[in-house]
Amino acid sequence: MSTPTLSVEDLRTHFFTRKGVVKAVDGVSLSLDRGEVLGLVGESGSGKSITGFSILGLIDPPGRIVSGRIRLAGEDLAAASESRWRTLRGKHIAMIFQDPMMTLNPVLRVDTQMIEALRAHESISSAAARDRAREALASVGIAAPEERLLAYPHQLSGGMRQRVAIAIAFLNKPALIIADEPTTALDVTIQSQILAQMQALCRDSGTALIWITHDLAVVAGFADRICVMYAGRIVEQGSVDAILDRPAHPYTRGLLESVPSRNRPGAPLRQITGMAPSLLALPRGCAFRARCALAQPACNDEPALTQIGAGHLVRCFFPEQAPRGRAT
Amino acid sequence: MLVFILRRLAQSIVVLAAMSVLVFVGVYAIGNPIDILINPQADQADIERATKALGLDRPLWEQYWRFLTQALAGDLGRSFAFNVPAIQLIMERMPATMELAVAALLIAIVFGIPLGLWAGLRPQSWIGKSIMAGSILGFSLPTFWVGLMLIMVFSVMLGWLPSSGRGPTSELLGVQVSFTSLTGLAHLAMPALNLALLKLSLVIRLTRAGTREAMLQDYVKFARAKGLSNTRVVGVHVLKNILIPIVTVLGLEFGSLIAFSIVTEAVFAWPGMGKLLIDSINVLDRPVIVAYLLIIVTIFIVINLLVDLAYSALDPRVRLATKA
Amino acid sequence: MQAEQTPLQRLWADYVESKIAVLGAVLLVAVLAIALFAPFISPQNPYDLAQLDILDARLPPGAQSAAGKTYWLGTDDQGRDMLSGIFYGLRISIGVGVASTVLALAIGIVVGVGAAFAGGKLDGLIMRLVDIQLSFPSILIALILLALLGQGIDKIIVALVAVQWAYYARTVRSAALVERGKEYIEAARCLALPTSRIVFRHLLPNCLAPLIVVATVQVAHAIALEATLSFLGLGLPITQPSLGLLIANGFNYLLSGKYWISFFPGIALLTTIVAINLVGDQLRDVLNPRLQR
Repeated sequence: MSTPTLSVEDLRTHFFTRKGVVKAVDGVSLSLDRGEVLGLVGESGSGKSITGFSILGLIDPPGRIVSGRIRLAGEDLAAASESRWRTLRGKHIAMIFQDPMMTLNPVLRVDTQMIEALRAHESISSAAARDRAREALASVGIAAPEERLLAYPHQLSGGMRQRVAIAIAFLNKPALIIADEPTTALDVTIQSQILAQMQALCRDSGTALIWITHDLAVVAGFADRICVMYAGRIVEQGSVDAILDRPAHPYTRGLLESVPSRNRPGAPLRQITGMAPSLLALPRGCAFRARCALAQPACNDEPALTQIGAGHLVRCFFPEQAPRGRAT
Repeated sequence: MLVFILRRLAQSIVVLAAMSVLVFVGVYAIGNPIDILINPQADQADIERATKALGLDRPLWEQYWRFLTQALAGDLGRSFAFNVPAIQLIMERMPATMELAVAALLIAIVFGIPLGLWAGLRPQSWIGKSIMAGSILGFSLPTFWVGLMLIMVFSVMLGWLPSSGRGPTSELLGVQVSFTSLTGLAHLAMPALNLALLKLSLVIRLTRAGTREAMLQDYVKFARAKGLSNTRVVGVHVLKNILIPIVTVLGLEFGSLIAFSIVTEAVFAWPGMGKLLIDSINVLDRPVIVAYLLIIVTIFIVINLLVDLAYSALDPRVRLATKA
Repeated sequence: MQAEQTPLQRLWADYVESKIAVLGAVLLVAVLAIALFAPFISPQNPYDLAQLDILDARLPPGAQSAAGKTYWLGTDDQGRDMLSGIFYGLRISIGVGVASTVLALAIGIVVGVGAAFAGGKLDGLIMRLVDIQLSFPSILIALILLALLGQGIDKIIVALVAVQWAYYARTVRSAALVERGKEYIEAARCLALPTSRIVFRHLLPNCLAPLIVVATVQVAHAIALEATLSFLGLGLPITQPSLGLLIANGFNYLLSGKYWISFFPGIALLTTIVAINLVGDQLRDVLNPRLQR
């Protein structure tokens, strides 16, 4: 078996606030092969974004990676120096953020922000860097790239800005891109265009992709595998088909059933009752049990991640096995 | 853009006219300068002659009208005390004040921005905390008292720096300046530092707050995710964003530096406009007070206009909005 | 799990989280106590000429008087005990600062609420005036007013009020505009409650937080400004020596090395201002709903 592009083992990222320790990520393991697309799904506050930032080594105090191992193509990143991190970021791992309005620096022109990303990693003349930047803009479907290079971010639409951010992420042909809800803030039509474009770019360059989202429907169409996170932990992971057709964790089922479906017109929408628990004071045992219809006294103990099918793991004592109608 | 400037200019003239009435009425309606200028033993005839010569026997509106027409011709009256045109008196003193204010502004920027950046990037470190504590102290210290303490330490105890005056001046581009010689610099050091102290604290606070805010922004995280060096992230991405409000505020504060130089000049006997104002108030030299006020109002208006222009030059978002 | 707290308990708990702010509060209480009880705790009444001995003039700190008393902080050129002078000076400085702030606050509230409720042209005009005034440094405005009015404790209070009212007017107006748009004011209006009741029972209590913060900072500002003006010889008359005047008095002897006449009143002034600013800073953080954790 070849070395995976990324492997994360038992990652724990905690925030040491005045009110106590927030265990934002608490024992996450995942792995990606070259060119693979992983959907990381969960509601806000489930720790999915923090997982992404941890992989980039961009956790600021009071947060800290407490334990766990992150390997990029076999290299242990825990041992990486700050200068090694700098070479890795942008060159081998890139990130795309949720809100394109905030990602680009408002007072710097697009060309400045693209050229600096290239020149941080290779010695290349500004003219050559500029050519590469122009090509990158064209490759994400931006018309008149030469003109756009001279623009300031506020002169571009949200979709256009996100395309610029994507172009920057792909500039150095990284092995891995972490996309943190990159289409959530965009119109639906632009969403699907950008989705298709990223898929094509990943296929062409063999870039592995972690797509962080709260919306199962978005990743259903193009991820290879899906991890569902809840309260800092992965509660279920498996192939797209396994998760969508045979969701085993009550939380995953809840997520799927809260999506309106054409296959079940008129069926009442189920919702997950209650709110996500505060990460400050997580109760012992299964974090979901307070909202779970199937909770039993046994749930006061922490369930382990158990295999229930090929590559299909679930963290629940009472996984449901019955297949369900696909939502999309 | 042109419309914007014209509209601002029109507003400025209204403010200036209103100020001139207020100032004139205020200054000329209260107190009688004759009491101060004329020898107490002078007889009634002498007093009447002086009153007539100074135009003080005319009705107030007539005095104002004369004042206004003369002001428009660049004549703000003659100083009672020095018997030279008031405006000339102030213009002679202005370079000294400007030199002091510019030196103070430079000190505030050159020391304030790096200190503020440091405190903003490492707010929890002891250096960061000390910088902030220092700036709170700087805000609280009364300028005049700091001036006295500077004199006590550097002139009386250590004997390093002269306690008063401006030292020798030389002409630079047609303006008398004192920073070109070592003695001149020695004279300038304490007053400039004294005047800079408040603004230094202000710059530190602004820079620190701006840095902390900017460091939390997505664009900084994105810049870091691109693998840029810290120097570039802070020096370009952060600094360029926080510089806009700092330049704006500092520009506006330049006027207050000129106003506050009144205190510093009084402490260090610095021969500028501020000391002239205090001296004039003490002898009720009304033309000089009026001229000072009108000139300082003009300076404020010009500064506000310049700052607006600089702001639109610095911030691409505003630049576009005014073009459209 | 914490027990439910009343809002005041929560404010208190938030406030005491910063040690330096607690220190500020303690200093402030001490300074206020000194100012309040100056006549009872001063070794000497510095205004009572019968108690002064010109032979004791300009004695250094710790020196003995002819009568065997110790002048802990030295004496000034009149032979006045500096410690007593400072105690009485604090009384005047703080009194002037607080009095002018309270007056300015009252005027600012009336103008600010009035502008917010009047709206339209009147509002525009008032706020224009406020903006223009605030664009000039306070020291300039106060200086000119005093140049016109002359010396005296009433005159300096007038000047300080003139400098400060605009800050409150602006703060109150913007807070009032925000509150006015809220539904509870709408509801109170629908009930046809009299405007005065809406203002005093509903609006003002909700504008209180920003006002308290601005007022603490402004008291410190007023005290510093009064000291500066008195130092320049434009504030209080010699018969009512505030801290600024004591410092100015010592300026003449500074060059001959008699530092204490200026130094100690300055320390008292500084302590007062720092204490108020520390308290104000923490109050701003504690009362700011956006920073609530």
